Amino acid sequence: MSDFETVAATENQAARRGPSGEPGTPDKIGTSHKPRSLAGDAWRDLRRNPIFWISLALVTAVSLMAIAPGLFTSNDPQDCVLSRQNSGPSAGAIFGYDFQGCDTYARAVYGSRASLLVGALSALFTGIIALAVGLLAGYFGRWVDAVLSRLIDIVLGIPLLLAAIVLLKRIGSASPNARITAVIFVLAVLGWTTAARVVRSSVITAKEQDYVAAARMLGAGHGRIMLRHILPNALAPAIVVLTIALGSFIAAEATLSFLGIGLKAPTISWGQDIDTGRIHMRESATPLIVPSAFLALTVLAFIMLGDAIRDAFDPKLR
Amino acid sequence: MFRFILRRLLQMVLAFFGTTLIVYALMFAGQTDPIQALAGERPVTAAQRAYLTEKYHLDQTGVGGFFYRYFDYVRSLLQGDLGQSLTGRQIGDILQQAWPVTVKLALIALAVAVVFGVTSGVIAGIRRAGIFDNSTLVLTLLVLGIPTIVLAPLAQYFLGVKWQLFPPTAGAEPSFYALLLPGIVLGSLSLATALRLTRTSVAENLRADYVRTARSKGLVKRRIVSVHVLRNSLIPVVTFLGVELGNLMSGAIITEGVFNIPGVGFNLFRGIRTEDGPLVVGFVSVLVVVYLISNLLVDVLYAVLDPRIRYE
Amino acid sequence: MTDAVIQPTPASATPEGGHLLEVRDLHVEFRTNEGVARVINGVSYHLDAGETLAVLGESGSGKSVTAQAIMGILDSPPAHVRSGQILYQGRDLLALPEEQRRQVRGKEIAMIFQDALSALNPVFPVGWQIGETLRQREGMSRADARRRAIELMDLVKIPAAARRIGDYPHQFSGGMRQRVMIAMALALNPKVLIADEPTTALDVTVQAQIMDLLADLRRDLGMAMILITHDLGVVAGVADRIAVMYAGRIVEHADVRSLYRAPAHPYTKGLLESIPRLDVRGQELSTIKGLPPNLMAIPSGCPFHPRCPYVQKVCVDVVPHDLVLGDGRTSACHFAQEVRDDSAR
Repeated sequence: MSDFETVAATENQAARRGPSGEPGTPDKIGTSHKPRSLAGDAWRDLRRNPIFWISLALVTAVSLMAIAPGLFTSNDPQDCVLSRQNSGPSAGAIFGYDFQGCDTYARAVYGSRASLLVGALSALFTGIIALAVGLLAGYFGRWVDAVLSRLIDIVLGIPLLLAAIVLLKRIGSASPNARITAVIFVLAVLGWTTAARVVRSSVITAKEQDYVAAARMLGAGHGRIMLRHILPNALAPAIVVLTIALGSFIAAEATLSFLGIGLKAPTISWGQDIDTGRIHMRESATPLIVPSAFLALTVLAFIMLGDAIRDAFDPKLR
Repeated sequence: MFRFILRRLLQMVLAFFGTTLIVYALMFAGQTDPIQALAGERPVTAAQRAYLTEKYHLDQTGVGGFFYRYFDYVRSLLQGDLGQSLTGRQIGDILQQAWPVTVKLALIALAVAVVFGVTSGVIAGIRRAGIFDNSTLVLTLLVLGIPTIVLAPLAQYFLGVKWQLFPPTAGAEPSFYALLLPGIVLGSLSLATALRLTRTSVAENLRADYVRTARSKGLVKRRIVSVHVLRNSLIPVVTFLGVELGNLMSGAIITEGVFNIPGVGFNLFRGIRTEDGPLVVGFVSVLVVVYLISNLLVDVLYAVLDPRIRYE
Repeated sequence: MTDAVIQPTPASATPEGGHLLEVRDLHVEFRTNEGVARVINGVSYHLDAGETLAVLGESGSGKSVTAQAIMGILDSPPAHVRSGQILYQGRDLLALPEEQRRQVRGKEIAMIFQDALSALNPVFPVGWQIGETLRQREGMSRADARRRAIELMDLVKIPAAARRIGDYPHQFSGGMRQRVMIAMALALNPKVLIADEPTTALDVTVQAQIMDLLADLRRDLGMAMILITHDLGVVAGVADRIAVMYAGRIVEHADVRSLYRAPAHPYTKGLLESIPRLDVRGQELSTIKGLPPNLMAIPSGCPFHPRCPYVQKVCVDVVPHDLVLGDGRTSACHFAQEVRDDSAR
C-alpha cells in the first residue's frame, strides 16, 4: 500500500513497533511543559521558516481556488469540444486543450474543489473520531484503553487501499454526491488511527498534570475535566497530524479516482484527469502534467505545512 | 522467544478472522443483489449467475446464512481455492502467474530503498543539521509528498517516452532493465521513509549514554558508529523495511498498472477497471493474508534484533 | 585557635611533576542557542597515585563535566574547553592529538557512569562488551577476551560469571549492572578510575556494597580514584580528600577529617548541616536556602553570595581567591577563617 500512505502514516507504522515512542513518532508533540512559551518559541521558529510560508501560501491559493474557481479562469471546464482535441494554448486556455477538447487549465482549477472538499471533510471526521477515541482511551485507561487500542491495531492492520477498493466497489453507480460521500466515509473510517494515537498519548500526558488532579479534587466531573482541561492539550498535536493527514487524504482520493473507484464524471477530479492524461501522453503530455502538478503541489503544501508546525513544536530532533 | 512467537501467532489468527470478516462483510453484507454487485455495471449471464450463487452460497440468507457463507469462503481461501474470475479463468492460476514478477519488482524497490535510503540516512544522522542532512530532508519531503499517481506517469513520460532512458512499459516477461524504472518509482517512497527513519534513529542513538561509555573505553570513532550506534539504529529501520516488503508484495497497484507489468497489482488494477468482482475479492483476500504474515515475520524479526523484546 | 597563614594563591601554584593527575585552571563553557553557559570556571585539583579524591557538589556544579573533560568525552558542540591544562603523568592531555588521547582512555584513566542500564549497550551481551575493550585495545583473541571477561566479572563478585556472560544488560539487577560497568572499566588495568555518581541510581543497601567493592578494588589494584558524588554520606568512609564544587569552581578543598570537623566554606557548612546526625537529639535540620545558580548568569563576586548566611558587601563585589588554611586546606571564601572557627565551636 505504499501508493497510499504518506509521511505520518508510514513513519508511524514503523515506529509503533518500537519500545514505546520510537524516533519520528508524532506522539512526542504532546509533551509540552510550558504551553505558552512553547507556543511562543514555536511561532518564532515558524516565522523564520521559508517552508512554512511557501506551504501556507500554496494552501491559501488552492483553498481560494476551490471556493471561487471563477477568480482563476473564466473558461468552463465542462465546455468540451472534440474538434480542439489536444490543441495548443488559445483564448484563455493557457495550457491548451485535452483529449476531450476541454480546457486543461480550467479543469485543473475546478478539480481543486472536489479534492479539497474530500480532504477537508475526511480530516474533519477523522479528527472527530480520533479525538473521541483518543480522549476515552487516554482518559479512562484500563479496559477502555485496552479495547480501543486493540481496535486501533486492527484498523491499522487493514491495508487502506485494499479495504477502500472493496468498500467503494459496492457503491457501484451512484450520483456524484453519493460518490463524494462514500469516498469521505471510506477515508474517515480507515484513516483515523494515527491521529487517535497522538491524541491518546497527549491525553495521558495531560492527565498527569497537577491542575487536572486539582480539578478532580474540586469535584469536577469526567466530562468537564475532559473538555475543559484535557481536550485543549490534545488539540494542537491533533491539528498538526490532521494537517498532514489532509494532504494524504487528497492524495488518497486522487488515487481512488485514478483507479476509477473514487469520484467519477461529471465531478471533475485530478485523479481522473491524470489517468486520462496518462493514457494519451504520447499525443500530448500537457493534460497529464498540469493536473499532476496541481495535485502534487496541493498534497505537498499540506504535508510541508504540517511538518513545519510539527518541527516547530518538537525541536528536539533538528 | 517461543512464547513470544506463539502469542504473536495467536494474535495473527485473530487478526486474520477479523480482517477477512471485515473484507467479506464489506463485500456481501446487506446487498440486495450481491451477484450484480460483484459484476458491477456489466451484464451477468445466466451461467455466471448460477456459478456465483453456488460458489458463494448466495441462496443461504439471513445472519446465519451470512456466517455460513463467510466460513465457507474462509475454508476455500485456506484451501487455496479462489474460484473463477468473471472471465472464466481460475483466480489461483492468475495469481500464480502474476506472483513472480511482483516479487522481482518488490525486491528491486527494496534494494533501492536499502542502498540509497539507509546509507544516506546514516550519513544524514551523523552530520545532522549539515548541508547533506538538510538537502535530504527537503528531497525526502518532496518524495513523500508526491503521490505515486503523479510520480509513476511522469517518470514514465519523461524518462521513458521523452528522453527514452528506460523502456516506458514492461509487458509480458519483463527484463530486469524494464523493471528498473518501475522499481525505482515504487521504491522511492520506501527510500524516503527509510532515510528519515534511519536519520532520526542514528541521531538519537549517537546521543545515547552507551556511546559515551564506548568512547571512554577508548574505541575508535568508526567502530563506535559502525558497531554500537548502527546495531541499535537499524532495529526500527529493518522492521520498517520488513513491513514495507510485505506492502510491496501485496501488489503495487498503481505502479504495475501504469507500467503495464503483468503482476499481482496489475491484475487487481485490471480487475477493478473491468469490474471483475470475484477476482478483486479473491486477490484482496490473499493479499490481506500476505500482509498479515509479513507483519508476523517482522515481529519475529524485531524480537531477534532486540534482546529486550526477546526476553520480555 | 588558628595559626594559618592566610595568603591568596594563584590556582596553579602546585609544585610541578609530583602528581599523577592534575587539573589546572580548567574553563569549560556550553555554547547553545540560548546563550553561553559557563559550566567550569577555573577548576584545579590533583590526584596522587593510590589515593581517593571525592568531588562533591550539587547537580550542575560541574563535577561530571570536569570528569568528562579529563576523559576527553565531552560532547562538543555544545561543550568547549576554553582554557586550562589536564596533566597526566606530566603530559597535558588537552594538547594531545585525538589519537593519543584515545590511547589514554580506558588504559590509563577509566570511567564508570551513574546509570549502568543506559550506559551499557542494550543489544550486546555483557561479556561481549567487556571483551570488546580487550579485543580492540589489546588485540586479544575472542576466546582469550572471553576468558578474561569472566575473570573480571569474578573480580567484581558477579555470581556465576561464566554462566551470565552471555546475558544482556537488562537481565541484570541494578547493582549487578553497575558491577558489570566496573568490570568493563577495569579491563585494561587503568591507573585512575573516575566513578561518576556510581551509586546514585541504586538502593541504599546496594549502594554500600558497591562503595565497599570500589574501595576494595582501589586498594587491591593500587589505583587512584576520583569519586564524584553529591552525597556526603557516601564519601566519609572511602575518600582521602574532598573537593567541594559550586558553580563550576572548587570552593573548598581539604582532607576528609578536617573538612568534617570544621568546614571552612559556608556552602560546605550548609551541606554538612543538612545531614541528619545520630548523636544530636532534637536538632533542627537546616537547608541551604535559594536555588543553584543559573550558569548563564553567574552572580557577581562570590557566586554563592545570594545563598550565603555570611554575606557581606565584599562578597557581592569581589571574587574570593582560594585561601590557604594550612594542612593543604583551601577555601574560596572571604571569611574562610571565621566560618571554620564558627564550625569548630
